[in-house]
Amino acid sequence: MYRSPALEEDEMTNLKGFSRRGVLKGGLAGILATGVSPLIFTKGAYAQEFCNAPTGDTATLGFVMPLTGAYADEGADQQRAFLLAVEHLNGEGDGGMIPTFSSKTLKGNGILGKKVAYVTGDDQTKPDAGRDTARRMIERDGALMISGASSSGVAIAEQALCQEKGIIYMAGLTHSNDTTGKDKKRYGFRHFFNAYQSGIALGPILGDAYGKDRVAYHLTADYTWGWTQEESMIKATEALGWKTLPPVRTPVNAGDFSQYLTPVLNSGADVLILNHYGFDGVNSITQAMQFGMRDKQVNGKQFEIVLPLVSDLMAKGAGEAIKGVYGTANWDWQLGDEASKAFTKSFGAKYGQPPSQIAQTSYAQVLLYADAVERAGTFYPPEVIKALEDYEFDGLGNGPTTYRGSDHQCFKEIYAVKGKESPSNPFDLLEVVATASKESVTYDPAIFGGELGPDTAVAC
Amino acid sequence: MDAILAQLLNGLDKGGAYALIALGLTLVFGTLGVVNFAHGALFMLGAFCAVSFRQLITMETVTIDPEQLSPWGAPLEVRTPLAQTWFGDFGAVLVDYSVPLSILLAIPVMLLIGIVMERGIIQYFYKRPHAEQILVTFGLAIVLQEVVKAIFGPNPISQPIPGAVRGAFDVGAMIGLAPGALTYPLWRLIYFLFSLGIIGAVFAFLRYTTFGMVVRAGMADRETVGLLGINIDRRFTIMFGLAAVVAGLAGVMYTPLLPPNYHQGMDFLVLSFVVVVVGGMGSLVGAVAAGFLLGILQSFASMNEVKQVIPGIDQIIIYLVAVVILLVRPRGLLGRRGMMES
Repeated sequence: MYRSPALEEDEMTNLKGFSRRGVLKGGLAGILATGVSPLIFTKGAYAQEFCNAPTGDTATLGFVMPLTGAYADEGADQQRAFLLAVEHLNGEGDGGMIPTFSSKTLKGNGILGKKVAYVTGDDQTKPDAGRDTARRMIERDGALMISGASSSGVAIAEQALCQEKGIIYMAGLTHSNDTTGKDKKRYGFRHFFNAYQSGIALGPILGDAYGKDRVAYHLTADYTWGWTQEESMIKATEALGWKTLPPVRTPVNAGDFSQYLTPVLNSGADVLILNHYGFDGVNSITQAMQFGMRDKQVNGKQFEIVLPLVSDLMAKGAGEAIKGVYGTANWDWQLGDEASKAFTKSFGAKYGQPPSQIAQTSYAQVLLYADAVERAGTFYPPEVIKALEDYEFDGLGNGPTTYRGSDHQCFKEIYAVKGKESPSNPFDLLEVVATASKESVTYDPAIFGGELGPDTAVAC
Repeated sequence: MDAILAQLLNGLDKGGAYALIALGLTLVFGTLGVVNFAHGALFMLGAFCAVSFRQLITMETVTIDPEQLSPWGAPLEVRTPLAQTWFGDFGAVLVDYSVPLSILLAIPVMLLIGIVMERGIIQYFYKRPHAEQILVTFGLAIVLQEVVKAIFGPNPISQPIPGAVRGAFDVGAMIGLAPGALTYPLWRLIYFLFSLGIIGAVFAFLRYTTFGMVVRAGMADRETVGLLGINIDRRFTIMFGLAAVVAGLAGVMYTPLLPPNYHQGMDFLVLSFVVVVVGGMGSLVGAVAAGFLLGILQSFASMNEVKQVIPGIDQIIIYLVAVVILLVRPRGLLGRRGMMES
């Protein structure tokens, strides 16, 4: 686990102040305080009692991401974005999206005047490892907020832990309907879009491109995200008139998908929908191409492949295989708005490559947390939660956005994308073919059920 | 029918990789009596020979062109591959065929790695219990994979299939089915034929050369062969090197099918042990037969028709077979009588 220099510095200062006189004074004050304080300022003192309340000059944030495993490419980009956000919050660099953000509370002096420190850790693309890493950050490193994950399985596990611990969780890339549906939590917030919204955005595009009379074959990652994406895509495509063959579940990190791809061509399906992400998506689409699927005619129609959730990083990994393939994305670096341009410029200058969708959502989440603390005027989580719920903002790359209070899901524009046929540069991999408006992807939170739970502060 | 044939072909192609790894593993067990948990790491190292070869021939010169701007407004980096600057079109062919060509690099490198591994560590564990051999080779595997991770990073590095053999081949047309009824990726067919070639070569080497005869004699009775004045240890060292080459080549040719990462060896290790156990510890024919058999079983178990009857069977089929074999016939399908039996 990596710990930022600011954090080490802060601990050093605390240690230096540890003298005999200090201990005696502290001890005396402690004895007095235990006996006297409850009688004098009970309410105020207890109201501010919460886990990892910052006492020094720094505020520590915990970033957990997949640095190994099936989504490691995404995790690496997520880490880049987190570090850039910390830099900008501390007033270094060009400020990225801080100047374009509609809220003007962030001044480059940290959060509430405290310098932002951070710890980073690997979740290995596994829920148990992610939960353990997040727990260590909360219990050992004093993390005030946890952000990260590139898998819904991991995000849901970390979100549940954060609810228990009373620590705000700003989810990274998690696309399962369950994260802000049946598994939603008061302490968890998601900026990224979800599978249900992908279905709404992608359905009409697929109908226009491939017609109403199609037979779809689903290969689905066997965990919460895969299941909900499969369900949402079936709903969207069957509404068009498509038929669906019984979906096939595949293990995460399967590597070789050939045994699942072999039956596709003889199944009578003419569209293959790959509910796979990260390296799994790259491997399955590349291997499908090796089977010559997109050169085939089935039922008198051209065989097509759809990758409902796709990122620049996957497009880069898949190379030729991604060309002409439809999917959806939370954001794309080639969007022309000022915020997207500012973020791409800042990220590109630092890392020599444009940011991917996970970088944008992760960066936005850190800024949104910092801003909520500033607006609340305190790190006290119940107040920060109130500041985030039903918050309306703009200038973070997706146009006007609402953090809905009833399920902590962000509602904003999302994008239908297509693998670019003739890229103009090595990073020009996806093109936005349609924008689904915020209104069109807004749904009734009741359809997914779930309970947010209490916002009670928890002492460590 | 077409579906069954396609799945059979898939099983043979998957089985090819299992058989090659298991062959090397059982060769080491049969000759040296060592249970080599670092064998999967040798497969991974072979794959990284292909990665290194490609990185060598695709080295680029990077110049900053202040005239052009990148999409985010910084001066553009212009990259020129050295191979093409030096060799022109031949350079482009080199890059295109990097995977098969890297076999030329992998053979000497893997032989050397195998011999150094045997002389450096494994020879000191011949007379130690199997548990200690497992511990030391497993430790070695972890060290090797961490070294590869430190050099190449944790992410998979994809390797392309040469342009001429990309795409699918109409197998159905060859056996009299309707055109397009049974197509299969060309590189996977090549991998299957390649594995048959290597397996054939290893068997021929053991069967028809004097060296092979001595090694087989040593496998049957090491002490007697030693008493005849033959330096059997040196030959066994070379066999270890050979097993490393077989695993390495399996890894090289596998790279276009699955981008290699540092952890790939571990993923294959458990599987190949199951193959050896099912085939019979120490039986070369058993290892090969079990490799193909388990490949085919795994492929059929992944069909939706089967998965709907027994959910999750695709994940456990191989281990289920191993459990049944261990219960019913502990020495494996073709294992020698008494092996693993009390």
